[in-house]
Amino acid sequence: MSAVIQNLVNQPYKHGFVTDIESDVVAKGLSEDVIRLISGKKGEPEWLLEFRLKAYRHWLTMTEPAWPNVKYPRIDFQGISYYSAPKAKKKLASMDEVDPELLRTFEKLGVPMNERAALAGVAVDVIFDSVSVATTYKKKLAEVGVIFCSFSEAVKDHPDLVRKYLGSVVPAGDNFYAALNSAVFTDGSFCFIPRGVRCPMELSTYFRINTQESGQFERTLIVAEEGAHVSYLEGCTAPKFDTNQLHAAVVELVALDDAEIKYSTVQNWYAGDENGKGGIYNFVTKRGLCKGINSKISWTQVETGSAITWKYPSCILQGDNSSGEFYSVALTNHRQQADTGTKMVHVGKNTRSKIISKGISAGFSNNSYRGLVKIGARAEGARNFSQCDSMLIGDKCGANTFPYIQVANSSAKVEHEASTSKIGEDQLFYFASRGIGNEEAVSMIINGFVQDVFVQLPMEFAVEATKLLGLKLEGSVG
Amino acid sequence: MIRNDAPELLEVRSLAARIGERNILKGINLRVRAGEVHAIMGPNGSGKSTFAKVLAGHPSYEVIGGEVLFKGRNLLELAPEERARAGVFLGFQYPIEVPGVSNASFLRLTYNTVQGARGKDELDPLEFDDFVREKMKLLEMDPAFLERSLNAGFSGGEKKRNEILQMALLEPKLAILDETDSGLDIDALRVVANGVNKLHTADNGIVLVTHYQRLLNYIEPDYVHVMEGGRIIKTGDKSLALELESRGYEWVAREAA
Repeated sequence: MSAVIQNLVNQPYKHGFVTDIESDVVAKGLSEDVIRLISGKKGEPEWLLEFRLKAYRHWLTMTEPAWPNVKYPRIDFQGISYYSAPKAKKKLASMDEVDPELLRTFEKLGVPMNERAALAGVAVDVIFDSVSVATTYKKKLAEVGVIFCSFSEAVKDHPDLVRKYLGSVVPAGDNFYAALNSAVFTDGSFCFIPRGVRCPMELSTYFRINTQESGQFERTLIVAEEGAHVSYLEGCTAPKFDTNQLHAAVVELVALDDAEIKYSTVQNWYAGDENGKGGIYNFVTKRGLCKGINSKISWTQVETGSAITWKYPSCILQGDNSSGEFYSVALTNHRQQADTGTKMVHVGKNTRSKIISKGISAGFSNNSYRGLVKIGARAEGARNFSQCDSMLIGDKCGANTFPYIQVANSSAKVEHEASTSKIGEDQLFYFASRGIGNEEAVSMIINGFVQDVFVQLPMEFAVEATKLLGLKLEGSVG
Repeated sequence: MIRNDAPELLEVRSLAARIGERNILKGINLRVRAGEVHAIMGPNGSGKSTFAKVLAGHPSYEVIGGEVLFKGRNLLELAPEERARAGVFLGFQYPIEVPGVSNASFLRLTYNTVQGARGKDELDPLEFDDFVREKMKLLEMDPAFLERSLNAGFSGGEKKRNEILQMALLEPKLAILDETDSGLDIDALRVVANGVNKLHTADNGIVLVTHYQRLLNYIEPDYVHVMEGGRIIKTGDKSLALELESRGYEWVAREAA
């Protein structure tokens, strides 16, 4: 393949720097003592410690999943430090009190959160390593009864809610990484939208992995009560490191009758260098439960980073007439590997789901879509539409589609469409013969390719995501 | 039309090119002056389409000999996009399908890119919409084409109309139309040929690459060239095309040997 295409993926990681903030790091290794230590440091109630220990004991009986279409060396789970927090000085009431070093880090990332929050009307719950250091707009949200805070705060201030819903969608022993997360999660976000409330602003969390060799185990729980609406944005960047870092987050969403949750992610973690050295292992469990009738959960993800992505944001469509959506763009470059997709499990009657997945592979990367559409025996009138498109840039990369369809009700309608296209010499030559240079051609083809997904993103995120794809592919054709 | 005082647009001298280890063009000579229509005919594998692609700068082909002057400039040192901006247009035999990219936005990008490179005004989306709709009338195209994805799911005839629409927008000095007649029914052929005729002026030159004489019933060539084995082995006027239609290509090769 021409040098044009070879160059298209050789963009150095812009966000590669380490913030020098003193961290409180627990010694490497995992045991019941370490879990007790974490729980103790966080001053957790007994029931939560029990939740962790139960998960840990279950985890000990499990083995790492071998079915994803990815290759990586064995992870030494005893070689990871399971807790790291910036040494908190005191509780922060306003942005002024945030460590200036931390603020500068966000400036470098192009995320001046105070400005961003004010301009975009977004409340930003900043996660720095594993502990929240600032939460803005909390007051405004509190006026309408919306709770948006760090997970630790939620455990302290709203223990009944957390206890009621934690593990109700992703049980502690659900899978290897979810069990690990349940045992050792340090912090994350909690969001509760009470009955009938339409959340007045988009809620946003910026994640950032900072301390070298500390695994990240975020826990996010979002509950929308009857008739509640919320749009939640998750954006991620991470500094450049040579050692692989494990990230095993769990996100649980619960939508009651007539509730709607929209969860959007732009992920740009360090993907490793051109030769596949370093980068984040992103092994995430994200699942939403459409518990009530007419409820709706929509996942939109733009995955551009991480050395390995293993992620299947899913919907359990339990309530009658509930619907689930999954819109995804996954871009892999260099030696990145992604095995990502969704699960739509239809349980209730007249449940609907829609899957639009766009995979872009460049360099030597490997990009797999893996999705399950399951129609239960009682899911009368269930409908699914899936579209899985792959785009290959150059001829050294790979794309795979693994659609699983299980139907146990004969009234169900399931549609699956798939296509593969490529950006190669002929495509670029066509544009060139109309005066359009390679970079502009790639950008136009890619933007066209991902359009069905990007229209689902909140406006400011769509702009950011478009820039991100451009950045990721800049110079890869030439 | 042939005018001996017309400026020279294209001069190809002993052009040789290969793909991989395979030599395809083995010394082509061709002169095109403003106002002329040239038809290049020949059997499958004679190198006609390769010649068209090499002129437009397809990266798969390597030029290993000869030279190509376009309006006195060395065309071979220009990148494909620079050739297009300079006024060379290739109408594709198989236009590329690009799902998700609207025809309108593609057409506007190519128009504005070329306009910009020629130091002319670019058009905003609204202005361009009016402009392109006018041009589409030339080819009897439904404006609904603008909203569709570029060439995606277009029929053979629709793709070819879209190619000539691009020619109408870019106003090339030299248009090379590679098998524009293939895949067209008689009605579409007439529409496309009429479009080309309307775009042909005393200032531009047209090179038609074709298998069949029938296109030449609609677009009358000033010269007909027969290619065989990577060379032009015979040149004549439009009567040569008729003779080829009735007698085939073999006799030309025998005669040239």
